[in-house]
Amino acid sequence: MTDLDTFRQETREWLEANCPEAMRTPVASFEDIYTGGRRPEVAHPDQVVWCERMAERGWTVPHWPREYGGGGLGSAEVKVLREEMERIGARRPLDSFGISMLGPALLKFGNEEQKREHLPPICRGEIRWCQGYSEPNAGSDLASLQTRAEDKGDYYEINGQKVWTSYADKADMIFCLVRTDNTGTKHEGISFMLFDMDQPGVTARPIKLISGSSPFCETFFDNARAEKRNLVGELGQGWTIAKYLLTHEREMISGFGTAPGKSLGKAAIEEFGADESGRLRNGMLRQEIAQYQLDTLAFRATMERVGDEVKSGQGLGPASSIFKYYGTELNKRRNELNVAIGGEAALGWSGARYDDGAVVRSFLRSKGNSIEGGTSEVQLNIVAKRVLGLPDA
Amino acid sequence: MTLVLNEEQLMLKESAAGFLAEKASVAQLRALRDAGDGTAFDPAVWQEMAGMGWAGIAIPEAYGGLGYGYTGLGVVLEQAGRNLSPSPLESSVLLAATAIEALGNEEQKNQWLPAIAGGEALVSVALQETAQYDPPGINLSASQDLDGWVLGGTKRMVLDALSAQAFVVLARSSGAVGEVGGISAFLVPADAEGVTVSPCDMVDSRQCGVVDFSQVRVSADALMGEAGAAWPALERCLDIAAIGFSAQLLGLSLEAFERTMAYLRERKQFGRVIGSFQGLQHRAAALFAELELARSIVLKALQAIDAGNDNLSLIASATKAKLCEVARTASNEAVQMHGGIGMTDEYDIGLFLKRARVLQHLFGDYYFHLDRFARLGGY
Ligand SMILES: Cc1cc2nc3c(=O)[nH]c(=O)nc-3n(C[C@H](O)[C@H](O)[C@H](O)COP(=O)(O)OP(=O)(O)OC[C@H]3O[C@@H](n4cnc5c(N)ncnc54)[C@H](O)[C@@H]3O)c2cc1C
Repeated sequence: MTDLDTFRQETREWLEANCPEAMRTPVASFEDIYTGGRRPEVAHPDQVVWCERMAERGWTVPHWPREYGGGGLGSAEVKVLREEMERIGARRPLDSFGISMLGPALLKFGNEEQKREHLPPICRGEIRWCQGYSEPNAGSDLASLQTRAEDKGDYYEINGQKVWTSYADKADMIFCLVRTDNTGTKHEGISFMLFDMDQPGVTARPIKLISGSSPFCETFFDNARAEKRNLVGELGQGWTIAKYLLTHEREMISGFGTAPGKSLGKAAIEEFGADESGRLRNGMLRQEIAQYQLDTLAFRATMERVGDEVKSGQGLGPASSIFKYYGTELNKRRNELNVAIGGEAALGWSGARYDDGAVVRSFLRSKGNSIEGGTSEVQLNIVAKRVLGLPDA
Repeated sequence: MTLVLNEEQLMLKESAAGFLAEKASVAQLRALRDAGDGTAFDPAVWQEMAGMGWAGIAIPEAYGGLGYGYTGLGVVLEQAGRNLSPSPLESSVLLAATAIEALGNEEQKNQWLPAIAGGEALVSVALQETAQYDPPGINLSASQDLDGWVLGGTKRMVLDALSAQAFVVLARSSGAVGEVGGISAFLVPADAEGVTVSPCDMVDSRQCGVVDFSQVRVSADALMGEAGAAWPALERCLDIAAIGFSAQLLGLSLEAFERTMAYLRERKQFGRVIGSFQGLQHRAAALFAELELARSIVLKALQAIDAGNDNLSLIASATKAKLCEVARTASNEAVQMHGGIGMTDEYDIGLFLKRARVLQHLFGDYYFHLDRFARLGGY
């Protein structure tokens, strides 16, 4: 038996023994995802148990180094772990901005002290982070942000406003882009800072989304305080870190495009029936479903190809630049089809018949996929300029 | 299996790109078209290609081929698609050699495969009968005679029909039109009595013909495999063909796109290069995304042939449907973004549009394969 087989065997046994039954069911909604934090939202008590057990082995973030709370696993072992979790339908024990966004940025740009302070609590799900990038006048044009940080000797004082800050009202800490210098170009003078949300100078006001939930906020800083040790990278060098972090955010968001779902074709046959040859009766809908399934298949193959290219040492090719754009557009198409197939049953907003509006709320939420983390238009701008070499206007 | 080309395939890609750009390029296609001698490919260049082993690329070594598999053939087909290279690579190698290997008996394989691999024999497949691609609709009749068979009917869209020494003919020996049972395959020499080949002048300027079979008598050993039982093996050949033409569509689309991007970086209007207009940039970027998907699915499909996947039909139809869709957009956008010059015969981009539509049609278009993909998916 190879080492990897042994690892698989042990992993399988450990998961069987330690993954609670309730954590072997699919996640029902955004609210059902465990995100941790000082004041965790617990939809089921086993979420906490499962997260603690996995964190003890470093398996909430298996590919991070052990000294920072990760599992220290190589890519082959991570794959085995993922396969074994999928085998029993185990959920990911913890999903957070700390894992998907801040962590990678700290691993690359943080100093030793920052890594030791912030990464282990992310792995254990003890601290929940939010992202302070967008401002009322700095959305797609993020680099024109105006929130200021002033050097007060032993700390920075932050003043200004962020907007669309997801989970700002629930997060413990924020990674925030602030302006520390106004003299150069707009990309210069931006710094990347970490600070506590739980302080008098920070106010977060939830904003309601069209889907009815209020995951994001307007966030105000009124003489808020950031410790000097929590400046990541050099002063004024935040833009590089911000962009690096965005690539990880986009990777996470593009994953929506590959989420396994039930077969749309079969669901449509349940609604509309099939003809003698087994074809869905509504031919127009059938074509759109088939085209969606086809694109999903080709998109998955592209993710696989890019992954294999990296593994074989060819580096991250230009194809990766389409993931965010394509994945989110696919997810929107799937949601459109869900609404079309469901008919009246998909349009209910509350009540048991409508599963409290699950279909239509998911549909509404999906519209944000092509806005958050950089809009589809911005992604296409990036491809046109960086990949195709087309010039600026 | 990893979704990347291996060393050997990468080298093949390099050498195919170099050779075809020099010897079988768009300029050669144009010259052959303008000369109008009917052959529509250069036999000397074809011999050189065969000399490099390309005619036997997917043919097993036991039959004189290189045994590189279909991923290897796909790599060459993609480059041929990029260069619009006229050659019997499609007719004799992708179609006929595949059919003979899948359907033929030992004797037929020994007789034909080494000859195809060596470039000495050119064989083509005669399948389509009407304006539409519809394999279960095969209607050319095969009736058993004392010591052989009599074939009667007409085949269209036979590639390189005038140059072929023999045809793999799909015929109906029993069953009703529309049924997959009752289809038989025959190896018929082009000079058999009653066989008439007439040229068809198609939009892509490639060699193509109609083959008429009038009371054609062939001996019993012309039958490939069991009478009436060609379907399962034939279906696999058709899937391979669809994937092979997809690889060509991929190369064609990539080349048309790259030529268009070069034009966008150079052509000026309103005092700036047209590539700086966001209206064009977003269309280009969206098309780039589709082309990346096309690359992935073609490679996945080629590998599926070589791996002997049992759901080859699903991936084959997915691939041909996707490539038809992407090639349609790529070739249309190529002409549109070139403006007036793209409409001229003198400029090459129009040749890509012409070849694209023929490749889209061959062995099933977008609608055929999307429908099949959905049926195989259970809806
Ligand atoms: C659900 C959700 C969660 C979010 N979470 C967070 C978060 O946690 N933290 C955070 O900081 N931000 C967050 N955001 C904000 C998000 O990053 C911004 O909304 C996004 O970057 C777009 O900025 P904007 O809203 O100002 O739109 P604008 O930039 O004003 O865009 C309006 C329209 O103009 C188009 N446009 C703008 N510039 C160009 C251009 N150059 N070329 C072509 N078209 C252009 C856009 O594509 C869009 O269609 C979230 C957004 C959503 C929807």
